[in-house]
Amino acid sequence: MSHLFEHNGAPGKGYSQPAPLLPESAISVPDTLTRKQAPRWPRISEPEMVRHYTWLSKRNFGIDTGFYPLGSCTMKHNPRVNEVIAQLPGIADIHPHQPEHHLQGLLSIYHEMQHMLEICAGMDQVTLQPVAGAQGEFTAVRCIQEYFRLRGEDQRTKVIVPDSAHGTNPASAAMCGFEIVEIPSRVDGRIDLDALRAVADETTALMMITNPNTLGLFEADILAASDIVHSVGGQMYYDGANFNAILGITSPGLMGFDAVHFNLHKTFSQPHGGGGPGSGPIGVKAHLADFLPGPIVEARPIAPEDATHAVDDLWYGWYEPTHSIGKVQQWHGNAGAIIRCWAYYRRYGNGLKTMSEHAVLNANYLRHALHREAEAAGVSDMIVDGAETDVAKHEFTISLGPAKEAHGISAMDVAKGLLDMGYMAPTVYFPLVVPECMMIEPTETESKDTLDTFAEDFAKVLQVDAETLHNAPITTPVRRVDEVYAARNLCLRHPYDDD
Amino acid sequence: MSQIPEELYYTKEHEWMRVEGDEIVIGITDHAQDALTDIVYIELPGDGDSFDDMGEFAIVESVKSASPIFAPLAGTITAVNDALEDEPELMNQDPYGAGWIVRMKLENPEAITGMMSAADYKAEIGE
Repeated sequence: MSHLFEHNGAPGKGYSQPAPLLPESAISVPDTLTRKQAPRWPRISEPEMVRHYTWLSKRNFGIDTGFYPLGSCTMKHNPRVNEVIAQLPGIADIHPHQPEHHLQGLLSIYHEMQHMLEICAGMDQVTLQPVAGAQGEFTAVRCIQEYFRLRGEDQRTKVIVPDSAHGTNPASAAMCGFEIVEIPSRVDGRIDLDALRAVADETTALMMITNPNTLGLFEADILAASDIVHSVGGQMYYDGANFNAILGITSPGLMGFDAVHFNLHKTFSQPHGGGGPGSGPIGVKAHLADFLPGPIVEARPIAPEDATHAVDDLWYGWYEPTHSIGKVQQWHGNAGAIIRCWAYYRRYGNGLKTMSEHAVLNANYLRHALHREAEAAGVSDMIVDGAETDVAKHEFTISLGPAKEAHGISAMDVAKGLLDMGYMAPTVYFPLVVPECMMIEPTETESKDTLDTFAEDFAKVLQVDAETLHNAPITTPVRRVDEVYAARNLCLRHPYDDD
Repeated sequence: MSQIPEELYYTKEHEWMRVEGDEIVIGITDHAQDALTDIVYIELPGDGDSFDDMGEFAIVESVKSASPIFAPLAGTITAVNDALEDEPELMNQDPYGAGWIVRMKLENPEAITGMMSAADYKAEIGE
């Protein structure tokens, strides 16, 4: 693959650095932190650089180029009006160091966003600080840890997760020093209350679970699960990855949860993929609010002297919660992401419930369409539902187990075959409880035509012979990568010619 | 059909144990390595570390997943197969031989007789 260093011009050319503002003698940098070798910049002209990045962008695949049914990632369309609003000068050109009376507009948006998320989640207080779902998890687990510490309940060292949980759940808990207790799911893919009862005790700090779960199934026993955990004094944590299925219909608060994170970049249409920028606010019930990281926006009625700068009848300011675990991000999170998501919320309002309904409808339609097209093509014996169910929520799983058994065609082979058909492949091999798993989430923003065509193309891939599929993809800029080689021979630094 | 040597003991977590004197050797089964697919990394315990029954003593990573390896019985590690650090694929290629993971001295050596036999394990994985 081409890279910037392949365009090497004359040594020392192609870039210029400004002279330091201070003489070298005035800058004190410890020896351990100074470079031993001058940085090696690409020696490239501006048009070459523009062409390089344009060339790269043309090889890219994203939600703007094609259907992207990546399960659990909620790759929905990103409305462009959100960008227009986030770029308004009054929003884009301000700095958190400006005095409060300059920031009333932005703070009012933050305040409204906190409040809206509190309503969606059925929680009492939201902080917008975390910038990723996993960081939100970590933050909430730390808050719960501090809550127990202050209560003198240090014996709570265990975190319960179902075996279908997102890998970030046990990872976040382990980061906080907790011991992970994994409980098996029932045969139908849902939580096993007996298994939960067997492990829940006075050493339980919290349980982490997502609902609908990673199989796309609603956990109908969630209230009973909450009762079990609460009865031993533990807390319930809701992983908001699958919020797209329940917005405006139910809430983690109604299900008995004490803390929750949002993935604004999933549910609220912030562009994501490729590493960000994400936004993972968390919401908690009142008893955990004192532990949240600040700053959090609060409001009071305006006083007469505020009139010049106020944007409505409230005056907005920052505060730090009393027992805050401390900051997890500078200032107030990814402001741009929060603004875009606020714009999305203001655009749809109560219509967000319809959004969730359509997300669920699309997933169920696609699930039936896949089986319908596989049947019509005579390949229905190659796939089975990942979990037996009448209805899925916003995503569903299928197992390529039968295809693997009968033809040696794995979920990975079918995923690579789909790349050749011009799609982003669904999530594969997750959740781990489904053999040869494929996890599909179409989102509400895809049309029936798109779903029908995808289902037809999926059935076409199932008809391709094993040998061809083992070599797929053949039409993409990068063909099948050797994942084993890459994992065993990790190389994180570009080698230079003169190395 | 995966290989399930007769002379070994097994666990539901797809580990095998071989009795050698007053110690046991532990590894993962052929069935396990096949299900994991290509193993790319293993986090090994330290020599002399002690573990409870079902204590997590190692983590095996494949391109698909990361899976904990549990101590089948309480005991102390007496040797670690360091070769796996550079060649984790040994667990795929020779799960019952060069792919062994640790040797362990059991707290209660007799407890081993309560573990699954080859026939039990065969039934467990439905082969």
